[in-house]
Amino acid sequence: MDLALAPETLARWQFGITTVYHFLFVPLTISLAALTAGLQTAWVRTEKEKYLRATKFWGKLFLINIAMGVVTGIVQEFQFGMNWSDYSRFVGDIFGAPLAFEALIAFFFESTFIGLWIFGWDKLPKKIHLACIWMVSIGTILSAYFILAANSWMQHPVGYKIDKVRGRAELTDFLAVLTQNTALSQVFHTLAAAFLTGGAFMVGISAYHLARKKHIREMKTSLRLGLITVVIAGMLTAVSGDTLGKVMFKQQPMKMAAAEALWDGQKPAPFSIFAYGDVEKGHNTVAIEIPGLLSFLANDNFTSEVPGINDVNKAEQQQFGPGDYRPNIPVAFWGFRWMIGFGMASFALGLAGLWLTRKKFMLPEHLRVGEDEVPHLVLFGKKALGPRTAPWFWRVATWTMAFPLIANSWGWIFTEMGRQPWVVYGVLRTRDAVSPGVSQGEVLTSMIVFTSLYAILAVIEVKLLAKYVKAGPPELTEDDLNPPTKIGGDTRDADKPMAFSY
Amino acid sequence: MELHDVWFVLIAVLWTGYFFLEGFDFGVGILTKLLARDRSERRVLINTVGPVWDGNEVWLLTAGGATFAAFPEWYATLFSGFYLPLLVILVCLIVRGVAFEYRAKRPEENWQRNWERAIFWTSLIPAFLWGVAFGNIVRGVKIDRHFEYVGSFWDLLNPYALLGGLVTLTLFTFHGAVFTALKTVGDIRGRARQLALWAGLLAAVLAVAFLLWTQADSGDGKSLVALIVAAVALVGALVANQLGREGWAFSLSGLTIVAAVAMLFLSLFPNVMPSTLDGNWSLTVSNASSSPYTLKIMTWLAVIATPLVVLYQGWTYWVFRKRIGTQHIAEPAH
Repeated sequence: MDLALAPETLARWQFGITTVYHFLFVPLTISLAALTAGLQTAWVRTEKEKYLRATKFWGKLFLINIAMGVVTGIVQEFQFGMNWSDYSRFVGDIFGAPLAFEALIAFFFESTFIGLWIFGWDKLPKKIHLACIWMVSIGTILSAYFILAANSWMQHPVGYKIDKVRGRAELTDFLAVLTQNTALSQVFHTLAAAFLTGGAFMVGISAYHLARKKHIREMKTSLRLGLITVVIAGMLTAVSGDTLGKVMFKQQPMKMAAAEALWDGQKPAPFSIFAYGDVEKGHNTVAIEIPGLLSFLANDNFTSEVPGINDVNKAEQQQFGPGDYRPNIPVAFWGFRWMIGFGMASFALGLAGLWLTRKKFMLPEHLRVGEDEVPHLVLFGKKALGPRTAPWFWRVATWTMAFPLIANSWGWIFTEMGRQPWVVYGVLRTRDAVSPGVSQGEVLTSMIVFTSLYAILAVIEVKLLAKYVKAGPPELTEDDLNPPTKIGGDTRDADKPMAFSY
Repeated sequence: MELHDVWFVLIAVLWTGYFFLEGFDFGVGILTKLLARDRSERRVLINTVGPVWDGNEVWLLTAGGATFAAFPEWYATLFSGFYLPLLVILVCLIVRGVAFEYRAKRPEENWQRNWERAIFWTSLIPAFLWGVAFGNIVRGVKIDRHFEYVGSFWDLLNPYALLGGLVTLTLFTFHGAVFTALKTVGDIRGRARQLALWAGLLAAVLAVAFLLWTQADSGDGKSLVALIVAAVALVGALVANQLGREGWAFSLSGLTIVAAVAMLFLSLFPNVMPSTLDGNWSLTVSNASSSPYTLKIMTWLAVIATPLVVLYQGWTYWVFRKRIGTQHIAEPAH
């Protein structure tokens, strides 16, 4: 079957769809694992029941989410070989190793300890059960590290040589692959964004309940934890984004020039807020800019030169031969802005929320509330937001939950599409990476199958999440408050039902 | 023994681990239809593997990742060549994982029934397809000089491979039934033993035919030893099952899987994917493998991490060592 498409087009679409979809679940999994573990730690240390109820509530949402993350991750591991066999042949010597590390170290950690955590409430002593969720959390972070090290190698290949006889890249320095600055800043940025995502998720759902004056104790705790997470993670996302940006200005000047629609090198270079241009002719027709800011972002210096798209294109043509080395400029330009815009919007909401719900000692007497009351939202001075405006804060906070998800998706679309036409920057072109033996009909089939299956599962997942969100934290049982003292469970009654079963 | 030979063995170990472990949870999935009489029995079955199925499946992901790292050419040819069957397996594994996790999350009859059906089919189909895939790997497929698979989808459905599929299907069902007898109490335990007898006899006939065929095609002295071990273990498992020695029966059905996988890999070596078009185009441990440096790093990883994984995964089975019966399944509060 020949669809008159470039051989890589469908494979790229499938990779894009399945990866963006997978990455809706990944950041939530990473952050909710740690946040749930934090809440459970608070329960074990203080024995306050609200922490246990919160642990169970967020833990349930975490589990609904991670199930999707796990199963969509299987596709990721297989489709390199299925759709990108020439890529796999060319880079397997390097790229395969971090994947194997991820599977053997991180995946086993996650999957084994999550089973222990889910079913372990009446089988494991309190502290061992707590250790299990921390192990899951460590697993998710290790997993992120290895896969991002692999991705960083595609962004900026290091520690390798080309073996001409076998026609492939070969690893010469694994440590360089794991510790190059691209990898470290990508890991930092991605993990920070993951916590921004989970923090905003917590804030959004707590706001939903607090607006309805339900489950106040648990939701106030969760709101505060979420807000603090959003603010710290938001700051770290910005800082690490700046670091990663500076790395990219050096390693992939084309990507960053495209992100700014900076056609020709300028000294000093302005930061573009809005641009509309002509890709064919290579210039902008409309542009709103902040002078000098781009120079600063690239080089920490307001007057330095930043090369433009046309300059880099010429330089790459000289280095790699004739061709068009420009990525899709509008996607890079807008992707970059949406990433920053949505990410920072959720950060701003976190700051606002933290201020509005500030702690007792910062408030006048009459605005302080008891443990079972919804906090007043205090903007300035002695007055709280009224019954008209306050619900809007809770509503906006709930909607903001989606913002980091949008930012994450655009971040990946930007970073991957901004690297085109390369799959491994400067080493292997995307069009040379596809499976030559797989027909377009086959790729189309799998793309349709995955897309429809993922769409169906999305509906199921969101409905299930909504059900458990609305249900709120569960009531605690006798068993919850009396965890076993022995591994395998206390033998009180052989016929006693399990605390949890599928 | 060179490093790529070591890695051939390690890849075999990973697949063996996968088939040993996921083998019984596939089997248990199949039993939800063959053995369970009602919802609470289905739940007993599902909960025998509930805490462990996910960890079992990671053996597959590790086998995939390690093949990518240690034998990139093998990974590339295999995964692109077996594109459509792998797509089916992936769809099954996706639905299966979600089914386990989501089934009990709503009380509605339809919801639960549908996920139970899903568990049955998504256990049965991969249990069959993995045998088909390995049948084709061992027998060899049409691979050209560029290591590209040039056969069609239908070429993969040849009699030898289909027989391989039936072997894994019946063997996993047997393994799952023996596991169920070991992990349950009450009425279901006795019926699991009975079903194990029939599944085991069927598996024995099919497996012996398949392995003899393999031995005749590409076997040598070592593979013959593995074949005999597999056959003896399977008979032993059947006997132990009849005597009610459930621990022995499970160990021996596991040993059958180990020996059968070992036999396939032994008859494959030094090829990893033979070409039926020209012997020179076969993928072998040397022309499909990574550089010695990569293999060295991977070996360090395997030597350190694998024993730890076996240790803590084994610990999980010990934590959940209690048998389960219908009395242990509470109606979840909704």
